[in-house]
Amino acid sequence: MPTRITVTDLEASYGDVAAITGVSMAIEPCSVTALIGPSGCGKSTFLRTLNRMHEVTPGGRVTGRVLLDGDDLYAPGVDPVLVRRRIGMVFQRPNPFPTLSIRDNVLAGVRLASRHMPRGEQDDLAEEALRAANLWEQVKDRLSASAAGLSGGQQQRLCIARAIAVQPDVLLMDEPCSALDPIATLAIEELIVRLKQEYTVVIVTHNMQQAARVSDRTAFFTIAGTGEAGRLIEYDETQTIFTHPTQDATADYIAGRFG
Amino acid sequence: MTTTPTMTAPHRVPRPGEGRPEPGRRRAGDTVFRWLTTGSAASIIAILAGVTVFLIVTALPALTADWRTAPALAGGTTGGVGSFWRYVAPLLWGTAWSSLLALILGTPVALGIALYVSHYAPRPLRRGLGYLIDLLAAVPSVVFGLWGIFVLRPAILPLQDWLNHNLSWIPLFAGPVSKTGSTMLAAAIILAVMIIPIISSIAREIFAQTPRLHEEAALALGATRWEMIRLAVLPQARRGIVSATLLGLGRALGETMAVALILSPSLLFSVKILTDTANPQTVAANLALNFPESTPLQRDALIATGLVLFIISFAVNALGRLVAGRAETGRRKRGAA
Amino acid sequence: MITAIAETPHQAPHRDVRPQAPARLTARTLPYAARPSIVAAATVLGAAAVFVGGASIAGGLALAAVAGTAGVVVASLVVEGRRRATDRMVHALMTAAFVLAVIPLVSLLATVVNKGWASLSWQFITQTGGTAFDPTTLKVLTTAGAWQAVVGTLIITGIAVALSVPIGVLTAIYLVEYANPRGWMARTTTFLVDVMTGIPSIVAGLFAFSLASLLVGPKAFSGFSASVALSVLMIPIVVRSTEEMLRIVPDDLREASLALGATKVVTTLRIVLPTAATGILTGVMLAVSRIVGETAPIFIAASFTDNFSADPFHGPMQTLPVMAYANYKFPGTDIAASYQSAWGAALLLVLLVVALNLAARLTARLVSGARRGRSSARRTPAEASMRDTHP
Repeated sequence: MPTRITVTDLEASYGDVAAITGVSMAIEPCSVTALIGPSGCGKSTFLRTLNRMHEVTPGGRVTGRVLLDGDDLYAPGVDPVLVRRRIGMVFQRPNPFPTLSIRDNVLAGVRLASRHMPRGEQDDLAEEALRAANLWEQVKDRLSASAAGLSGGQQQRLCIARAIAVQPDVLLMDEPCSALDPIATLAIEELIVRLKQEYTVVIVTHNMQQAARVSDRTAFFTIAGTGEAGRLIEYDETQTIFTHPTQDATADYIAGRFG
Repeated sequence: MTTTPTMTAPHRVPRPGEGRPEPGRRRAGDTVFRWLTTGSAASIIAILAGVTVFLIVTALPALTADWRTAPALAGGTTGGVGSFWRYVAPLLWGTAWSSLLALILGTPVALGIALYVSHYAPRPLRRGLGYLIDLLAAVPSVVFGLWGIFVLRPAILPLQDWLNHNLSWIPLFAGPVSKTGSTMLAAAIILAVMIIPIISSIAREIFAQTPRLHEEAALALGATRWEMIRLAVLPQARRGIVSATLLGLGRALGETMAVALILSPSLLFSVKILTDTANPQTVAANLALNFPESTPLQRDALIATGLVLFIISFAVNALGRLVAGRAETGRRKRGAA
Repeated sequence: MITAIAETPHQAPHRDVRPQAPARLTARTLPYAARPSIVAAATVLGAAAVFVGGASIAGGLALAAVAGTAGVVVASLVVEGRRRATDRMVHALMTAAFVLAVIPLVSLLATVVNKGWASLSWQFITQTGGTAFDPTTLKVLTTAGAWQAVVGTLIITGIAVALSVPIGVLTAIYLVEYANPRGWMARTTTFLVDVMTGIPSIVAGLFAFSLASLLVGPKAFSGFSASVALSVLMIPIVVRSTEEMLRIVPDDLREASLALGATKVVTTLRIVLPTAATGILTGVMLAVSRIVGETAPIFIAASFTDNFSADPFHGPMQTLPVMAYANYKFPGTDIAASYQSAWGAALLLVLLVVALNLAARLTARLVSGARRGRSSARRTPAEASMRDTHP
């Protein structure tokens, strides 16, 4: 289901130290939004507030609102478990469960919610997710093999398959290609462009060219000075950000003058 | 002008035979130290070999004596027993049975504690709670025995009566129920309490070392805390849990004083755990109780039983370490500075 | 053209039209007051069982705990659903496991303190126990005293430390600094050390006894023999913890020293050992706290006695744990007094063990506090020794 994310005045902190503050933005359904900025500016922290993973870190606290099509994720009474079913995440380093087979990895999230799905349905679901992740042809003959035998790029696509098997509305990706070689990276970028037809995708990336290739809109974060909290500086169409940004800081970052 | 690097001390080419001062003596010191350390390592091997050899040598007279006719074996603990194997077999049964019961009672609790401390307890308390359980390991077994006699025995009498009353059709709980509480059940409970900290501390390590990445992967899929543990923590802990259990078993096999103090022993095969007249005795407790008052030949017989215990516990510990082996080396490599 | 992607171009993934549950974010949760009320009801049930049904207090508590947990889980199952209920149940079980282990610990410590406190006095500690016949009143006077046991403990433990620490530390140095890790000697030694940690303590006592019998003569009981038995138990612990400490010392330190022209001996003795020293000390303290409580090896190798002896090479010697055991097992004519002495000895022993443990952990924390900035290892050096001394 196409889903819009509206963030209002979000602040995320570790204990008393704010990591990001004052973030407000609206993310359109069925689009790819890239979050860019120098190291330590809080873009990963911001990403993790979107699926309530920030609070998993000891001391993690969030104030502000994140609306998923009108439902506030941080309203009292909201169960983080259910939030994470609707918003999936792919991490920086591929993390398939090492003791599970490829097929069981894909179905891991699905099995949590519906215990007694008939075997045929499970197989169909796994095949679909793997096809959608561009991995089916490469693993269809070894679905019961361990996931540890796959290459880095394949493992990451397996994690993507696992995330989309539960049919989330939003897919968050935290620097998904930073641990991969360029060929695998390109494969994933292709996949992301394809995925946006069905999902709202938010991707954190260190690589500006990747943001330019893949995203519809780009948000630039940075910190004002050491020890300060990160802020959203500019958020616009990707074309605009990269060709004629309105903020000086954005222009400096794009031109490589810092970060 | 070229700048040549100057050394702080005037430099001249050393003549042959010169160079580092007193090379002979320093090398001798090196060699001496090296041999000292190698010798220490060799002494470990020697000690273990020595233990085995001495025990065998001392036990031999008892093993070769004729148990039916030797007068020295006619009284006391070995009286009326036809052969060494007839003597040691019920003892081995007692050792195995009590250890098995202790494992059944203690392992689930130990694993539960390990999970609790590593994943459920409030974060700032985790270290302190871990210390608390480790304190249990520090208590000497003779103190456990005294506590068992004065506190545990009377405390479980109602439980024993209840079990015998309602479930006596199960051979374990068959009567006659003990009035004093010096039962196999009491011994098993104490043994379980004693092995819990061992199993728990190893398991805790393993659970706490689950890669954060896998835990977050599970949580991001929308797993509850228990589901995350099932997906990310437990599967990678299997080998370590087996090894921890084996080490706990090794400890239970060798436990002496607590069992000696609390169990009312006999020399027989039995599975009853609620009586004080039909309890098989363990090798170690039997040794402790009978050694001081034995004739020399009886002592040798007891040492022979000790030898058997040594071999069995060696095997169990070796197995435990082998199973842990690959997990350990993996951790060592990662942790090496 | 990217050739790595061997997939045929795939159309838009088609969504499964299985009917889905409406995508809610909130779930029905148990009302805030539900849990306390269920627990209260369970407590009432337990109390009823005790006062009306005649169950024991322990039984009543157990009933309340089980009923309370079951009640909360069932309520959760009905209101919150299977997954939440399972999560709650597991949480309750884990907590119960922890409480189950703490109960004996607390009970044990409380018992020892409660029963032994009456014995604890300066006289008890510094006076040798014994009986004396008073000719004036024609009575046998028993004095309760643990001095012989205290001195025996110190002497026997001291000799054991003197025997095991050099061998243990040198072996660890061999394994870390000199040995080829894949050579047969290193692997055999490591394997045997690991297995030695599991030797039943009574077997060590038997070994010392038979060694003494063969070398000195039959019934050659002595404190030294007991020390030998304890060393067999201590050495593997010292080796393992020292080894771990030495491995944590970063190689950079060794290389810097060697680059300055120092030999391996000097590097090891002057650089590596001092760096690891506090950790090694912690390991030794924990090893001592473990063997100081051993009973069977002592009375097998050093027999029973009530007399004071400061000569470890001739004749029996008593230690605190043996005193506790003997006073219970072989009480004098005044049984209550003997039992009292037993508890007194037990209390002294527990105090000693706890003190050693605390001292070891404090030392570890001091080191870790100083090292925190430098150490890149996950665990600080001294704390790592905690694990290995509890095999």
